[in-house]
Amino acid sequence: MDLSLSTRTEGDRTVVVVGGEIDVYTAPKLREQLIDLVSSGAYHLVVDMENVDFLDSTGLGVLVGGLKRVRAHDGSLRLVCTQERILKIFRITGLTKVFPIHASVEEAVKATD
Amino acid sequence: MPTVELRFSALPAHVRTARLVAAALARRAGVDEDSIDEVKLAVGEACARAVSIHEAYAKGAEVLVELTDDEKRFVVAVRDRGPRDADTAVAATGAPVADVPDLVDVESLGLPEAPDMPPGFGLAIIAGLVDDLEVLSGDPGTVVRMAWSATP
Repeated sequence: MDLSLSTRTEGDRTVVVVGGEIDVYTAPKLREQLIDLVSSGAYHLVVDMENVDFLDSTGLGVLVGGLKRVRAHDGSLRLVCTQERILKIFRITGLTKVFPIHASVEEAVKATD
Repeated sequence: MPTVELRFSALPAHVRTARLVAAALARRAGVDEDSIDEVKLAVGEACARAVSIHEAYAKGAEVLVELTDDEKRFVVAVRDRGPRDADTAVAATGAPVADVPDLVDVESLGLPEAPDMPPGFGLAIIAGLVDDLEVLSGDPGTVVRMAWSATP
């Protein structure tokens, strides 16, 4: 699999660090991780995309699915991303209006809006 | 006559293969480096779309990608063998990319068990990325043809 995942908690937030490529083949692994986290009661998630090399619409769909799941528990899903090539796909799909996108994990774990 | 033809079993694992081949050929054709990420994304979306159409409608059929270095243009055509109206959402809404936020209005997408993205979303992304895009009847199926300018 060309995708790496690791998680850690920071206060009441759970940070998911994603590395590699999120595409139609690897996205199910991220979906399972997000489902597992929500099932275990983690409703405030920060997804760190800084080491993501590639993201396609399947990956976007998994993130949207994760957002729906946490929202069902009044939770939040924030992204950390400063890479222009990844931000581009959020922009052209209008998903920058749907996801809070932060410049650092530090900023994301403190955000409360 | 395409420069390279790639025919692959409709498996998600091979979408990456197609992306890498397209990126390598785009570079060789002289597509500028800033556009290579766009080539990978657009070709990846077109192939992922073809794979999911085959999983639903044309099990066992292969996806065909024709990559052509046309002196001034680098052209990639992805052919699927599904039904003509496979992208029902795009057909119904005529989804220009500006409509995409409506498609992904989180509240309206329903239960978590439903598919995360509506059909046609990948095509909407390609439309947002590629200026020179044609979606044609492949008879059977569809051809998604994308082109980028190239300086040899």
